[in-house]
Amino acid sequence: MIRSEVTKSIIPVITDELVVCNIGLPSQELFMHDDQPSNFYMLGTMGLCSSIGLGLALNQNAPVLAIDGDGSILTNFGTLATIANNPADNFTLLIIDNGSYGSTGDQPTYAGKKTSLSKVAKACGCANVIECQGEEAAEEVGKALKGNQMTIIVCKCESGNVPVPNILTHPVSIRDRFMTEVEARN
Amino acid sequence: MDINERIVDDFIRNEIGFVTTVPCKQLSGVIDAVEKHDQIHHVPCNHEAEGMGLCAGAFLGGTRPCIIMQNTALGVTVNSLAALIQYYQMPLPMLISYRGEVGEKVACQVEMAMHTKPILQQMNIPSYHLHKADDIEELSAILNHTFMASKPTAILADASFWSAT
Ligand SMILES: [Mg+2]
Repeated sequence: MIRSEVTKSIIPVITDELVVCNIGLPSQELFMHDDQPSNFYMLGTMGLCSSIGLGLALNQNAPVLAIDGDGSILTNFGTLATIANNPADNFTLLIIDNGSYGSTGDQPTYAGKKTSLSKVAKACGCANVIECQGEEAAEEVGKALKGNQMTIIVCKCESGNVPVPNILTHPVSIRDRFMTEVEARN
Repeated sequence: MDINERIVDDFIRNEIGFVTTVPCKQLSGVIDAVEKHDQIHHVPCNHEAEGMGLCAGAFLGGTRPCIIMQNTALGVTVNSLAALIQYYQMPLPMLISYRGEVGEKVACQVEMAMHTKPILQQMNIPSYHLHKADDIEELSAILNHTFMASKPTAILADASFWSAT
């Protein structure tokens, strides 16, 4: 399975949830498979997906899923320590770990070499860390969103990309419709 | 009144409920006051760009945010300010200890002090300079202005401001 297939496979369990999605191809794939006002697409700022997701989860009550990548987590490594020390039980962090920087041409990341993101998350103090394969992602994400316990899921999959459309929705529109969805759930 | 408690009072008056901080010697008192206040959720962060992500998330969640940081970090937050906070038109007051100004004891701090206002000007970020103790009187209006305009603003507070307390 490649990331695009993992993303497609989890749509049934995330379509009605608040989702913050990583910059580049991950957001474009989510946009292509299931564009929803409850999706916050990151159009800039590599690395901040998990931080935006945590900030959102800590400030309202609905479940939040942040769909991040291995490269993005490596860019903002301190985030795992912040998440561990400020647990939000409505927060699920899904790290789709394909061992590469997908959006820039699949250059390998250290997560595909010697570095285990699930072990790092545990070492940072995250209490509930799951490592799974792409095929298990939908089940694990579904459980986590209902579990009312902060969960970090590291989903291992293959590198590779598919053609995707650009997101032409205006950023203020993405933000505004997303905030309307947040309000409706609180 | 203690200036740090006054700052936190102005946060509350402007309905700021989420504050992230990166330490600076000059900011230790205000960080303590933020941590102690039960109406403010304080999340220390490891890096100012990370902090801007947290603040963006808090804003999406309906809470007014603030970041407290040192001016030396301005360089590493340019992309987060431009491509997240400004691009999505989010409000973000940045209370910044303005190191490297007159009264500074660490020579290296002067280097980033020289770049602080030019970076803010280049980015069209409204900036305010608290220099004397009385300048605290302006803080509440600056915070109100930030949320009205839905923009990032920089509140630069220098050594003379902090030492006057
Ligand atoms: Mg990747």
